[in-house]
Amino acid sequence: MTDTSQTSLQADATLDCRELLCPLPVYRAAMALDKLEEGQTLELICTDPGSLEDIPAMARQRGDTLLVAENRGTTQVFHIEKGPRR
Amino acid sequence: MTDVVRELSPAAEAAPRQRRLALVASKGTLDQAYPPLILATTAVSLGWEAGIYFTFYGLDILHRKRFEHLKVASLANPSGPVQLPNLLGAIPGATAAATKVMKKWMKNANMPGVPEFIEMAQGAGVRFFACSTTMGVMGVSESDLIGGCEIAGAAAFLDYAADADVQLFV
Repeated sequence: MTDTSQTSLQADATLDCRELLCPLPVYRAAMALDKLEEGQTLELICTDPGSLEDIPAMARQRGDTLLVAENRGTTQVFHIEKGPRR
Repeated sequence: MTDVVRELSPAAEAAPRQRRLALVASKGTLDQAYPPLILATTAVSLGWEAGIYFTFYGLDILHRKRFEHLKVASLANPSGPVQLPNLLGAIPGATAAATKVMKKWMKNANMPGVPEFIEMAQGAGVRFFACSTTMGVMGVSESDLIGGCEIAGAAAFLDYAADADVQLFV
């Protein structure tokens, strides 16, 4: 099991994307972000090593803010703050 | 009957234009069905518009009777999941074996099958354009295709692709 307690920030929603490959983490994160309000945060837990590049790119393209990107070896944990709706 | 003229690229609104991905899917094998679906689903997840133009064998990906039965070629496919010399790749059952292995790989990696992927892409807003020439040449009617496809020729697709930020041919 992965310990996520290291991340001090409290997210408004958490999404477990472990054992999923591209494009599923990005697709599911986008669906989850769509349900949030501007300024709310999503915690995302991934195991696809590609997510270290994909999740920052997704945040950049969507206009969301990446607050945390942590590589914990087998898992990668992200906190994304939803930006203004375009 | 009045013909409804559809515009694939409605006039831009005052708001900043969304980025757009325009893909051509020209191949109808199982392995080649995934890349356009993956790219387009990703694009809409990024907040882009995305459309795929399914042409020639690629139209099988939208064919309601065929899209569940796309295959991986065992012949002339040195990178395929079942590595066989061409002489053996041509024997009956070799393509079925390669297809079975690829489907198992996908399942083990938690990747959706093509029908589920299509539903996911359409649900997320990816537009599916069915090539009207292919339909005419191959005798495919609109009722043979899955729901939600837009029938379009090359001019309509190019009109859509001309306003795209990324255009790729698969």
